[in-house]
Amino acid sequence: MKVQFLLNGETVHVEGQPATRTLLDWLREDRGLNGTKEGCNEGDCGACTVMVTDERGTRTVNACILFLPQIHGKAIRTVEGISGPKGQPHPVQTHMIQKHASQCGFCTPGFVVSMAVAHKNGRTDFDDQMAGNLCRCTGYAPIIRAAEAAANDPVPDWMNDEPSDIKVSGDTGDQVFLPDTSDEFADWYVNNPDATIVAGATDVGLWVTKRLDTLDSLAFIGGIPDLQETHVSDDAITFGAAVTVARFGDLVAQHHPSFGELIRRYGSTQVRNSATIGGNIANGSPIGDSPPALIALNAKLHLRRGDARRVIALEDFYIEYGKQDREPGEFVQAIEIPRQPDRLKCYKLTKRFDQDISAVCGCFVISTENGVVADTRIAFGGMAGTPKRATHVEDALRGQNWSRKTVEDACALFNNDFSPLSDMRASAEYRLQTAQNMLIRYVLEDQGVATQVLEVSA
Amino acid sequence: MTVGTPLPHDAAALHVTGQARYVDDLPVPANCLHLAFGLSTIARGKITGLDVSAVSAADGVVAVLTEKDLPFENDVSPSVHDEPLLATGTVHYVGQPIFLVVAQSHLAARKAARLATIEYAEETPIVTIDQALAANSRFEDGPIVWSKGDAADAIKNAANRVQGSMEIGAQEHFYLEGQVALARPQEGGDMLVHSSSQHPTEIQHKVAHALGCPMHAVRVEIRRMGGGFGGKESQGNALAVGCAIAARQTGRPCKMRYDRDDDMTITGKRHDFRIDYDVGFDKNGRVSGIEFTQYARCGWALDLSIPVADRAMLHADNAYDLPAATITSHRLKTNTQSATAYRGFGGPQGMVGIERVMDHIAHNLGLDPLEVRRTNFYRDMTETPPTPAQTTPYHMEVEDFELNAMVRELAASSDYQNRRKRIAEWNAGNEVLKKGIALTPVKFGISFTLTHLNQAGALVHVYQDGSIQMNHGGTEMGQGLFQKVAQVAAHSFGVDTKLVKITATDTAKVPNTSATAASSGSDLNGMAVKAACDTIRERISDFLMEYYQADDVRFEGGQVHIGDKVIRFEEAAILAYENRISLSATGFYKTPKIEWNRVTGRGRPFYYFAYGAAVTECVIDTLTGENRILRTDILHDAGASLNPALDIGQIEGGFVQGAGWLTTEELVWDASGRLRTHAPSTYKIPACSDRPDIFNVALWDGKNREDTIYRSKAVGEPPFMLGISAHAALSDAVAACGAAYPNLNAPATAETILHAVTAVRS
Ligand SMILES: Cc1cc2nc3c(=O)[nH]c(=O)nc-3n(C[C@H](O)[C@H](O)[C@H](O)COP(=O)(O)OP(=O)(O)OC[C@H]3O[C@@H](n4cnc5c(N)ncnc54)[C@H](O)[C@@H]3O)c2cc1C
Ligand code: FES
Ligand code: FES
Repeated sequence: MKVQFLLNGETVHVEGQPATRTLLDWLREDRGLNGTKEGCNEGDCGACTVMVTDERGTRTVNACILFLPQIHGKAIRTVEGISGPKGQPHPVQTHMIQKHASQCGFCTPGFVVSMAVAHKNGRTDFDDQMAGNLCRCTGYAPIIRAAEAAANDPVPDWMNDEPSDIKVSGDTGDQVFLPDTSDEFADWYVNNPDATIVAGATDVGLWVTKRLDTLDSLAFIGGIPDLQETHVSDDAITFGAAVTVARFGDLVAQHHPSFGELIRRYGSTQVRNSATIGGNIANGSPIGDSPPALIALNAKLHLRRGDARRVIALEDFYIEYGKQDREPGEFVQAIEIPRQPDRLKCYKLTKRFDQDISAVCGCFVISTENGVVADTRIAFGGMAGTPKRATHVEDALRGQNWSRKTVEDACALFNNDFSPLSDMRASAEYRLQTAQNMLIRYVLEDQGVATQVLEVSA
Repeated sequence: MTVGTPLPHDAAALHVTGQARYVDDLPVPANCLHLAFGLSTIARGKITGLDVSAVSAADGVVAVLTEKDLPFENDVSPSVHDEPLLATGTVHYVGQPIFLVVAQSHLAARKAARLATIEYAEETPIVTIDQALAANSRFEDGPIVWSKGDAADAIKNAANRVQGSMEIGAQEHFYLEGQVALARPQEGGDMLVHSSSQHPTEIQHKVAHALGCPMHAVRVEIRRMGGGFGGKESQGNALAVGCAIAARQTGRPCKMRYDRDDDMTITGKRHDFRIDYDVGFDKNGRVSGIEFTQYARCGWALDLSIPVADRAMLHADNAYDLPAATITSHRLKTNTQSATAYRGFGGPQGMVGIERVMDHIAHNLGLDPLEVRRTNFYRDMTETPPTPAQTTPYHMEVEDFELNAMVRELAASSDYQNRRKRIAEWNAGNEVLKKGIALTPVKFGISFTLTHLNQAGALVHVYQDGSIQMNHGGTEMGQGLFQKVAQVAAHSFGVDTKLVKITATDTAKVPNTSATAASSGSDLNGMAVKAACDTIRERISDFLMEYYQADDVRFEGGQVHIGDKVIRFEEAAILAYENRISLSATGFYKTPKIEWNRVTGRGRPFYYFAYGAAVTECVIDTLTGENRILRTDILHDAGASLNPALDIGQIEGGFVQGAGWLTTEELVWDASGRLRTHAPSTYKIPACSDRPDIFNVALWDGKNREDTIYRSKAVGEPPFMLGISAHAALSDAVAACGAAYPNLNAPATAETILHAVTAVRS
């Protein structure tokens, strides 16, 4: 492997590392930059947060599940580089001290990076910007006070990285395939169907750091420009597979605000900045958040194998647990959402509001005409081995008066659609009960009844 | 004046720049080796075959050790020698270390540790409280019972009676820095150990036994931990001992840190409890008699379970004067991680029990729970002590109660009564969402219940340039102990804290220390440091009075006033040095007044009590059980605070951690004894947005009645229990859904709440 990137303003060349070496391990073990911490090694705590800048701007990512080839040609700043070149404190550092925002200090470097990036990007939705940073000591209040205090200070000039400053070599060595176009990737992948595709590595990263897999042949597709395109036409909104979940959320929110809200609660800022929509679909997880919403919106999946392309309904992609309709050498190229009036409601049920995998994710499109249900598509995550539609419930609703009574009558049919499992996230009974109650929530919301605890204040 | 000043944490500037060094950040020689444990995959059984050949053959592996390779003591227990470092033929929980891999890198060690072939003769594990009771699987011969008066009789004769039972879940510490240790072999077989530990002396002691050498041959140093919360009181022993043994055998430095999943799988957690209660009371809710039965799930080894379960009993009264009480405690042995110290040390569980009872009584009588609480409070101390004396169920006189006044102030500042009315109105107008509010008090006993632990030492040097170096037996885990104690030292010499260097805790500087635990850190070490500083200051004073022929000396504002003469502190130091005055001293402190007999359940286990109260407002969704904390107001007594900013930090952080324990933090073991929630992906501590939207924290203006360090009060653990107000508020919201009592268990996850809502409605 051979990669180049900017590290705290300095060009570095890294060679001879396994392609799955994480940035965190390299920083700490090889580079001696110990400010970036490991708290979980799985993307959930933010202690390893670093800042990345490329042509798409500046954002945070978790270094513990980021492979070195993923930062090829980009600029990285660690906590050491958030202070100025002469050790000048960044405003967020000054305010963190003044507001007593560190206790044990172990989470602090991660918070400093998240806060400095939010500051640079002019973001003041601090709870969301820092949802991916866990602190066990402070109770967060002083940290948020620091972020608020820093908001109006100017961004120090050293925060402006120019990744174009580095000369990137095309030769990235053995084991690592970093294609520039999807054509190039498609050709290669038909011939290397056993290779592992890495997009954002928010799944694959854990195979390496937790399952301790050794992966030999890897294609890194997260940086392919044409897979990062989005397109809005009169008929459809189309997202390339490598569009990050963060960008996906920003765009989809304009058309389907409830989907935007679902994505706001998907992972954390760092995770959404890495994860791709293609990865979220392709991994086949029964508890992924975007598939049920996309299925409810009747989304179409664009698949490609070499030069062969096909388009299928997303719901048909999921065959059974662990099995998708994808041939060897075939990959997800894009996802397309048909334009439609917005009737989508997404309900993500978790133990904790932010950064928690759904126990149940219920997504509903119920359109009515003159008070009668004209059409409906209801899809769930967490209720079966795949993201799955509630077809019995849908049938019971279609053509009926759109009322609480209709909904309550239809609720029993969830038993025909799903027999969920009990696990550490929720019991089967709870899953079934809340699936029903989500449908009730939908009708109540239509009737203007308050049902969202997130909208209540003291 | 440095004492009482809200200075930032001493290492804040290092924290925010990433320069603060934790054990894993210490530079090590290139030949450093890395360790990982091979773990049991079953909860109970005999090891019938252990083949580590594939482990030894794996890339980068230098050695594999099993129990047979341990030359001396194979034990890492902090109490009764029942915890082998490496399993000896039987395994007692999923995650128990069986062998130790020594490898070139952390990753290589982790990979190799999974390659062993282990055969077991499996036995049915005892996982739950019910299973342990059925099998009579317990520590000690039978339950411990402490009592005051005839509770059974009082209950029988009472006008009203309720009975109930509550499940209280365990809690993972989730210190952000996982367990870690580094051992560096020294000449002559000595060992230097860096350990992320709250108890360096214990590490020293266990390492010495494992190496078969006297304690003087082992030095343990720790500058800071990335969080401890009790989880690093005994749980670091295994790593430190493992590293020391491997370092001795290979002659190379050895480091071990647990990956987060391993950390959560291997190490102990807060004890989960079931508490049964039976209480008699009058029409105002005044309790006449109460019986508690506490069942503590202790896991497979004893660890610190006895003092933890004792402390749960000692807090079964919380703030309430119980005329007759019987408290029975079962310490159950199960095939799970050995439950251990966790902030509050059993106190929180005991307190949840009585707070639940207060709520239940209020519900039964249709009263505001706050009124019932107040009716049962101990009486506040005034100039003259209340007569007759008020005593706890363990017969200790309560001489410093102040919650009546504190609660009066907090209820007013938080507008409790009006908000309670407004919430009832709001609930009437909302079908799906329901709000709840609750005010709960905290009275927490300060001192180690094992009396001899209440001692501390310090070592202070003044250098000839006037700079001061300070060391004591306490460890820094984020609580700000070092800064508080530095403020004490600076105060003694009348100088700025910048002149005081705080050095790493080091068993070579201060020996025979107690764990930094039981909230005792600044009480004990502050006093010890003050004693050392006073000794040096008196030496300097005596010398200067003689030298300048003056009658009095004052140290103030960086200067020393000797009669009319004023010199800088630095000048005083060099002058003293040149006149051969010793500028180094040790200090020692032991807590007065305490004596405790745990067999009879009588005495004065605590020097004093720390007090606090919190009002929390919540909202729940009756469709899903989802819920949020909307507002919390806290009034907490830190005595005459040594550093109000650090104390408020402990209060805010403690509240959120306590609320997390009782809401989102759910540990789930399956029937085979496997912990299913062993990573932050499945175990959910509060995140940023879980803190209360409105969060008002104030310090109660008061001095400790007892002669503690500058009349301050301990603040590490007590605020944790303010989180109980969140659980009580959720219960209040559930109560708004129907007539029945909510019986809300903990943690009150969304699922638990929905379950309770369904129950009160039917
Ligand atoms: C801390 C954390 C929190 C998370 N929270 C959530 C959450 O709230 N909701 C949720 O839904 N998910 C969550 N996830 C899961 C994860 O973010 C998603 O599954 C993610 O979308 C995967 O995308 P990726 O680009 O990172 O995929 P990668 O890890 O790179 O790949 C995932 C899988 O998809 C394959 N793949 C990737 N792209 C393609 C393609 N174009 N064609 C074919 N195959 C492809 C890969 O080979 C691999 O098998 C979380 C993950 C973490 C680490
Ligand atoms: S170490 Fe926890 S997110 Fe990376
Ligand atoms: S300060 Fe300790 S985890 Fe945040």
